Amino acid sequence: MKSWLTTTDHKRIGLLYFWTAFAFFLIGGLEALIIRAQLARPDGGLGVSAETFNQLFTMHGTTMVFLALMPLSAAFFNFIIPLQIGARDVAFPRLNAFSYWAFLLGGLFLNASFIAGPLFGADRLSVAPDAGWFGYANLTSRQFSPGPNVDFWLLGLQILGIASLAAGFNFIVTILNMRAPGMRMLRLPPFTWMTLITQFLVITAFPVITVALVLLMFDRFFGTHFFVPQGGGDPILWQHLFWMFGHPEVYILILPAMGIISEVLPTFSQKPLFGYTVVVYSGVVIAFLGWSVWSHHMFSTGLGPIADSVFAGTTMLIAIPTGVKIFNWIGTLWGGQIRFTTSLLFAVGFIAMFIIGGLSGVSHAAAPSDLQQTDTYYVVAHLHYVLFGGTILGLFAGMYYWWPKMTGRMLSESLGKVHFWLTMIGMNLAFFPMHFSGLLGMPRRIYTYSSDLGVAGFNLASTIGAFLIGLATLVFFWNLLRTRWQPITAPSNPWGGATLEWAIPSPPPVYNFTVIPTVESRMPLWHTERHAPMPALPERPPAPIHVPGGSWWPMITATGLPILAIAAISRTLPLVFVGAAVLIVGIYRWAYEPFEM
Amino acid sequence: MSEQAHATTGTYLRVAAILVMITLIEVGIFYVPTFQTVLVPVLLFLSAVKFTLVVMFYMHLKFDNRFFAFLFGGPLLLGVVVVVSLLFIFYGALRLRTGS
Amino acid sequence: MTPAHTQEAHRTSMGLDSRKMAFWAFIGSECLLFGSLISTYLVYKGRSLTGPFPHEILNIPFTSFSTFDLLMSSLAMVLALAAVQRGDMKQGKLWLLVTALLGLVFLGGQFWEFSHFVHEGLGLTTNLFGSTFYVLTGTHGAHVTVGVIWLLTLWVQALRGKLGPANAMTVEITGLYWHFVDVVWIVIFTVVYLIQ
Repeated sequence: MKSWLTTTDHKRIGLLYFWTAFAFFLIGGLEALIIRAQLARPDGGLGVSAETFNQLFTMHGTTMVFLALMPLSAAFFNFIIPLQIGARDVAFPRLNAFSYWAFLLGGLFLNASFIAGPLFGADRLSVAPDAGWFGYANLTSRQFSPGPNVDFWLLGLQILGIASLAAGFNFIVTILNMRAPGMRMLRLPPFTWMTLITQFLVITAFPVITVALVLLMFDRFFGTHFFVPQGGGDPILWQHLFWMFGHPEVYILILPAMGIISEVLPTFSQKPLFGYTVVVYSGVVIAFLGWSVWSHHMFSTGLGPIADSVFAGTTMLIAIPTGVKIFNWIGTLWGGQIRFTTSLLFAVGFIAMFIIGGLSGVSHAAAPSDLQQTDTYYVVAHLHYVLFGGTILGLFAGMYYWWPKMTGRMLSESLGKVHFWLTMIGMNLAFFPMHFSGLLGMPRRIYTYSSDLGVAGFNLASTIGAFLIGLATLVFFWNLLRTRWQPITAPSNPWGGATLEWAIPSPPPVYNFTVIPTVESRMPLWHTERHAPMPALPERPPAPIHVPGGSWWPMITATGLPILAIAAISRTLPLVFVGAAVLIVGIYRWAYEPFEM
Repeated sequence: MSEQAHATTGTYLRVAAILVMITLIEVGIFYVPTFQTVLVPVLLFLSAVKFTLVVMFYMHLKFDNRFFAFLFGGPLLLGVVVVVSLLFIFYGALRLRTGS
Repeated sequence: MTPAHTQEAHRTSMGLDSRKMAFWAFIGSECLLFGSLISTYLVYKGRSLTGPFPHEILNIPFTSFSTFDLLMSSLAMVLALAAVQRGDMKQGKLWLLVTALLGLVFLGGQFWEFSHFVHEGLGLTTNLFGSTFYVLTGTHGAHVTVGVIWLLTLWVQALRGKLGPANAMTVEITGLYWHFVDVVWIVIFTVVYLIQ
């Protein structure tokens, strides 16, 4: 127990990230199922009140984006990146632990809102965030949201932002500075490359949401008027700041998944990634363009014809590098000796579903058609095709692919295929009809609809599909759990992968590599035209390897953040000093504790 | 390490003198009525010069590894572009609304 | 530079110190933080519904002195770093203390300025100018405060003989932070105070 609380081992932190994020994924999924059950029939199938419904969709979106998808990617960053670059750990192991604890505590703080009602003189299930995951002003102003709902949201996101920023700096330095000899930048595995690009987006986009949330905090706690029209403020500024963060954020969500399938497809096609450099540079271009399109979320605010045209144009440009990547993945499969493992199925599913999501994305990019689609279920369909059909399918591909490496145990392939097909059928049944219900005029975020709208059939199909996804996830959960009772039998390279993580035992020893390998090609474990496979590493380290011990201070420092958040939300001044003291003591002890790398 | 060639104390003092002089000029032209028409571009330019001097000499970017310049300059450029485009959107949108 | 810090440092793949690289990335990230705050200030410029307005209240001579003070603190900081790097801890201690004290003078000035403005009727919630002004300059002031605490920590370490040329990288990183806070002020001084 103590060894897990104080761990600075990137592999253990990766597993912590995985299980925590998976738990949040189940919670977010449960919220989605309640939403879908409510919408199964016209006029409310479940009798959920409008207030509860607002909390459910807000927490579903917030949870999935910040507590499930990002940290599930982070689980792979942590576990896999140091192995792929031939390092013994990340550049700043304690900062890494801090990121995890801040993420966990931020997530718990956000979700505590579900049960915190009585503390604020309200019912349970009444003070959770309820202004949507992008919290538009002025739904969030004190005047229209007097309770602590939005406070939970903005303080929780602030904590999660700190966790992400810390991880961002850490992984940038890790990838650039901790590579094994010979691991040149253009020999980095594509997953590592996409992670690097993602982290640059994190460190540039998160400061913007930090500022937006600070301004909102001042509005709500100290009575300023940043987003309050009565005081001269402009609610549109919130939209700009949010989406300046929010659009890079969607690439933060998708790029790691793109990296994962760029690992999975070559391994199971027995072919190198087609056009490796183009895939890498396309990732860079996507990230760069991702910063120039934020206003396409705001066409309906009336930006004027010039801004509309510019943002429509930049948005459509993104289709080019994305399309390039899709052709590269297809080119990788083409003529390969394909093994239809569960991992490969999910990766191929990613390509197919992401194309659908990408195409509906292009239809939003055209400002005139977007005006018809904004705030309807058509947008919900689009974002679920890219985030579920894209990110989550990619993450599942990664889970089947790397689970043996992470735990030393193989996931069941037969259960995996059941999982895959249930997921594919479920997601298409759930999300495809939403295109129609949206175009027929069903707004998103409504808790009931009339049978006169003519979308009852589509909604019932969506609900059935959602429950199929739920069933599929249970199958997967069972698949994960049952491996815990199996003996550790996974070979070091069960899939015949080409990258360094497959050169060491499964699960890897605490020091990862007995000897830091010297890399001579992009696919060090494969026999290529010019290179023989890397020689096997010795089974035991020739010299003792120093492994840094654990530290309490990252966790203790992270505890200061929710204390400050609780102080703010409960308006208890003394707690501010407690929180600040914890932070300061934590940082000083951290800085001056002997911790040899 | 490679970044051996640091500036000398003399350079630091000269840079400080220039910084102070520019600040004096800035405040000076702020008070001179003749400069009012070109005040904004001149002040922005002078401020950029000061910014560059501090970054180049005091933060050693002139002598240090160019990768650090990229780590700083990339986001800086991004920030500037974002600020400018946001201003365009806001002031542009305002003009269109009053025009119609 | 000194063969200091951890033994891993000279085995990094880019030959650069990891902490310094992380710190430059952090500063890059801070550019976006202050960029967003400055955008907010500029977007709301001239949109206050009631006074006091900037030209009625901003005190240019006083702020020019604060600017001068912060520029001098940057000079003291590079002198401190140069002294620590060549192992002259006597000078190093002196300049670290001078930097911190000049930072304190700046903070004192900001405290006086804020209380003077409040006295003149410009509170945090008075108008958009007040809100954007206090949040922007206050965020900068918070950065200065962190910097002063950091510098004083190093100074105390130096007094106890625990800071030497081997820690030059720590001083260098502190310096990067300090100078960055200085350049942010250079921008704020122009954008907020001089361009009214």
